[in-house]
Amino acid sequence: MTYANNLHPQQGEKMVFDANPVLNERVTHYCPGCHHGIAHRLVSEVLHELGVADKTILVAAVGCSTFTYDYFNVDSVEAPHGRACAVATGVRRARPEAVVFTYQGDGDMAAIGMAESLHAANRGEKITTVFINNTVYGMTGGQMAPTTLIGQKTTTTRHGRNFSNEGGPIRLTEIMAGLQGVAYAARCALDSVKHVRKAKKAVRLAFDVQLDGLGFGFVELLAGCPTNWHMDPIAANKHIATDMIPIFPLGVFKDVKET
Amino acid sequence: MNTEQMPDRILVKGNEAVAYGAVDAGLRCYFGYPITPQNEIPEILSELLPEHEGVFVQAESEIGAVNMLLGAGACGIPAMTSSSSCGISLMQEGISYMAGSHVPGIIVNMSRGGPGLGDIGPSQGDYFQAVKGGGHGDHRNLVLAPSTAQECYDFMFKALDLAFTYRNPVMLLGDAIVAQIKEPVRRVPPAGTRTPEYLQSLVEDQRIEGYGARGKNARPRLLKSVYLAEGALAEHNRLLQRKYADMRKEALFDCEDVDDAGLVVVAFGSVGRIARSAVRQLRKAGHRIGLFRPVTLYPFPDEALSALARGRRFLVIEQNIGQMAEDVRLAVNGASPVLWHSVMPGLFIGANELVEPILQALNG
Repeated sequence: MTYANNLHPQQGEKMVFDANPVLNERVTHYCPGCHHGIAHRLVSEVLHELGVADKTILVAAVGCSTFTYDYFNVDSVEAPHGRACAVATGVRRARPEAVVFTYQGDGDMAAIGMAESLHAANRGEKITTVFINNTVYGMTGGQMAPTTLIGQKTTTTRHGRNFSNEGGPIRLTEIMAGLQGVAYAARCALDSVKHVRKAKKAVRLAFDVQLDGLGFGFVELLAGCPTNWHMDPIAANKHIATDMIPIFPLGVFKDVKET
Repeated sequence: MNTEQMPDRILVKGNEAVAYGAVDAGLRCYFGYPITPQNEIPEILSELLPEHEGVFVQAESEIGAVNMLLGAGACGIPAMTSSSSCGISLMQEGISYMAGSHVPGIIVNMSRGGPGLGDIGPSQGDYFQAVKGGGHGDHRNLVLAPSTAQECYDFMFKALDLAFTYRNPVMLLGDAIVAQIKEPVRRVPPAGTRTPEYLQSLVEDQRIEGYGARGKNARPRLLKSVYLAEGALAEHNRLLQRKYADMRKEALFDCEDVDDAGLVVVAFGSVGRIARSAVRQLRKAGHRIGLFRPVTLYPFPDEALSALARGRRFLVIEQNIGQMAEDVRLAVNGASPVLWHSVMPGLFIGANELVEPILQALNG
């Protein structure tokens, strides 16, 4: 019996939360307490609800999210580190009928890939970007990210991030919202049920603007990395609420449908 | 500007011939970033491609451009980028990913002098970068070296064919001379040209396009270059090496007056053309000299060179400080002497300037 079969209702049990056909039933490689699983689920639910999974192409980034394509039942192409938005530009321009999204971490998108990300957004590419901000390079073992908080200890800021040497955390959603090509830009968090529900709505709207041909859809998700934060999952959730949200305020920063 | 209304014979620069060849060969997407001496290519395509229902995007950098090429190529769409030396250096990461993921695409390098910012004059200093892979890891590009504006036009058809036949990056390696020289070009598809539709069908079982398009039960398609499981990357590299071995049959070269020659001049691209003038001049004067011009730099026509080796010596002339000479020596493998004459990057030379070094090699 496979792991997935264990999830199916046995005799006397009732289905209250089903698997999503856009996500396969493979066990992920993510660490316990990592929020990538929630983010995957939200994106897959939105693709399923919109009925566009059949024509969706995922552009995978580099980092923990490289293997996103192992879990989504959609065609995928791997981009070099930071270049997902450029690859997605090529995909969307070559196949205008496709729904295209990138799924990128903070190092990938806001450090090495800042130029490709901002220019794709500025051109108003009809793509959606899901930006996972957990303030740390996860895959490589917990180094400083462009979003690392001041004072946060990482393997390359052992005494805490110091503004005078490393600068401050980049607020990418605010930057995105200032670009003409961006149709939707929002920041949400995955630390509580309330926030997850809001995040689902934001992911949906970030895809809606692509489907409506309005421009670049962007959603930043504040996510937990218990492994590299050296916290248990509950403490990691609290860290998002008490330490991250004050620096990265939640909300919709741009929605062309509302203006 | 409608290319269908253009005459079959046009007076154009090599860069313009690349652009018209691209459109006539069936290119659908162009992504690029400005750099001299190749700017006519994006300038013309920015107008031509949209008029032919194609796509033109001026990227934010060469890094952006090559990754857009990767994206379009992954979708099985004929696409290209163009640049010059410094810009091609920036593209190497993407080219390595394309090779590692079996993604077709065309990269035109109208190279300039280097290293660093160098100059915008003629140079063949990017030979190693083009033919030895250029990016990280064991990968190869198919490399075509045009020496005339006509070849710039014709090789776009060839490049598209090779890219889709082998699902591999194909590079056109030119220089400032072939890019800027203006001469008559016949705008007719070369013999044996296969349709873009046929070429695209060669990658149908691999290209990404959204899995529903092939039926909901089909396995999602994935183009990637990462293989972490033990042994998986070894297997992936073995597959790539088999492909590169298959490519060897694509070697092309141009030969002139070699049968009775005691000395064969080996030169490619613009320098090959200048050397031809010098060789013809010396032939007229009664010297037994021939010319061998590699047309594909990878695969290198080493079998043909090796077959010529007995009883002949070679003089490699190239506009760099000695790059192709190494491949000629490997091909000849000690069977006969391989001499070498360097033209420094950035100089404009005439055939007359090659006469003396050729005579020296003949008599020396």
